[in-house]
Amino acid sequence: MRNVLAIAKVVLLEMYRRKEFYVLFILTIVICLIMGSINIFNDNQIIRYLKDLCLLLIWVSSLIIAITMTARQIPAEREQRTLLPLLAKPLSRNQLIFGKFLGCWIVCGLALICFYAFFGALAASREHQWPLLHYLQAAFLHWMVLGVVVAMSLLGSLVFAAPSSNSTIIFAICAAIMCVGRYLDQIAAPMHEPARSIVYFIYYAIPHLEIPFGMRNLIVHDWPIIGWNFVFLDALYLLAYLVFFLIAAGLIFRRRAIN
Amino acid sequence: MSVILKTDKLRVEYRSRELGQAVKVALNGLDLEVSTGEVFGFLGPNGAGKTTTINCLLGFVQPTSGAASLFGIDVRQPIARQRIGYLPEMTYYYKFLTGEELLRFYASIFALTGAEADKRIDQTLKLVELDAARKRLIKTYSKGMQQRVGLAQALINNPDLLILDEPTSGLDPLGRMKVRDIIQRLKNEGKTVFFSSHELGEVETVCDRVAIIAEGSLKAAGRVQEIMRGHPTLEKAFLNIIGYQADKN
Repeated sequence: MRNVLAIAKVVLLEMYRRKEFYVLFILTIVICLIMGSINIFNDNQIIRYLKDLCLLLIWVSSLIIAITMTARQIPAEREQRTLLPLLAKPLSRNQLIFGKFLGCWIVCGLALICFYAFFGALAASREHQWPLLHYLQAAFLHWMVLGVVVAMSLLGSLVFAAPSSNSTIIFAICAAIMCVGRYLDQIAAPMHEPARSIVYFIYYAIPHLEIPFGMRNLIVHDWPIIGWNFVFLDALYLLAYLVFFLIAAGLIFRRRAIN
Repeated sequence: MSVILKTDKLRVEYRSRELGQAVKVALNGLDLEVSTGEVFGFLGPNGAGKTTTINCLLGFVQPTSGAASLFGIDVRQPIARQRIGYLPEMTYYYKFLTGEELLRFYASIFALTGAEADKRIDQTLKLVELDAARKRLIKTYSKGMQQRVGLAQALINNPDLLILDEPTSGLDPLGRMKVRDIIQRLKNEGKTVFFSSHELGEVETVCDRVAIIAEGSLKAAGRVQEIMRGHPTLEKAFLNIIGYQADKN
C-alpha cells in the first residue's frame, strides 16, 4: 500500500501544479455567476433552471477533468520514459495501475468538493436554504461514477495509442450512456434478432451511469432524499464495474513489453 | 566474489505486427555473469541488443526463452530489484517536481522515510553536485543536471548493483567527466556497476571487465587487457571483434 500511496501522491502533486483544474473551475464559476445574475421573463422559478444548468456544467467539467487527467497518466510515463526508472524499483505493475487510479480518483473527489461547495453557496444565496444531505448523496454517487470513468480511462490508455483518441472515445461512451443508456431496453424491444439480443446485451453490460446523473433532479426540484440503502446499493454496483476495469487494465499491463 | 547478475541462454524475439514480416531475434542465447565489486562495460554497435538485455534484466521485456537473475532471484520478481539502481538512457523526469521531491518519491518506494530518507537524499544530491538546485523544479534543469538527478535516483537506495544505460549519452565533456567521476567513486566504494556505452575511452578507463555483443550474440567477454591484446586501443579491438573492416567500407 505504501507504493500505491507514493504513486497517488505524485498524481496529486501533478494536478496541484498544473493549470487545467483551475481553468475549468474558474470557467464554471464565471458561467454560473453570469447565469445567476440574469432573470429572464421575471420567472420566480428561474432558480431551477440555474441549478439544472450549473449541475450539468459541474458534471461536464468533472468528466473532462477525470478523463483527460487519467488518459495521459501511463502514456506520459512511457513518452517521458519515467516508466523505466519507476518499474526498475521494487514496484509491481498492479501497484502502479492502482496508484495512478487512486491518485486520479482522489483528485476527482477534491474537485467535486470545490464544485459542490460553490454550487451550494450559489444556490443558498438565491434560495436561503442549504440541503446538505441532498448534496452529500449527489456528490457521493457522482464521485463513484468518476471512479468508474477513471478506471475506464486507465484501461483505455493501455488499449488506445494516443491519449486524445482515448479521451474522445471514453467521453463519447459516457455521454452515450448518460443520454440513452436507460432507454436501450425500450429501443431493443421492437427490434428483430440478432439486433435485439445485441442491444439487450449492451443494456445489461454497460455501467448505468445515468442513475447518479439523475440525482441532479433531487437538488433541482427539491425532492426528498432517497433511501441510503439505495445509495449504497448503487455505489456497490458502480464499485463492481470499477474493480472490473481495474483488473482488466492490470491484466493487459502485466505482460506488456516496456521499452 | 559471488555472481550477482546472470543471464542464461537468454533469447528475445520480437514479432512484427505487420503481416509477412519475419520474427526479429534481438538476443540469441546470451550468457553473462557479473560478480560483486566489478565495473562491467557492456559494448556493442547500435541495435546489437544492449538495451534489450538491460530491459530483460529489469523485467521490462519477457524473454522468449532462457533466464535472468539478479542476486540469485528471478528478474520477474519485483523483490529482485530491491538492491539495484537503474539509470535509463534519455529520461525526462517529472518536470512538476523539484529534485528533492523526486528523490523523496523514489525513496518512499524503497520504504525509506523520515530521517533515513533525508540522509540518503542529502548524500546523493551532494554526490551528484545538485545540492544547490534541490528546491528547483526539474523543468528548469539543464540536460547535464537532468542526467545527474537521474543518477541520484538510481543511487537513492544505496544499491549494491548499479545498471546504467549509456550514462554519458548526449552530455558535454564536463558532464561526461562528472558522470565518469561518480562511477569511479562508486567503484572505490566497492559497488558493482554494469553499464552500456559507446564511449570506449571511458570504458577503457573505468571498467574491470567488458562484454561485446553484436546481432544479439556474445562475441567476446573478459578483462579489458585481455580484450585489447594485440590491439593498440579498445576501439580497434572492438571493431575487429564485431567484424568491421575499414577497407571494405
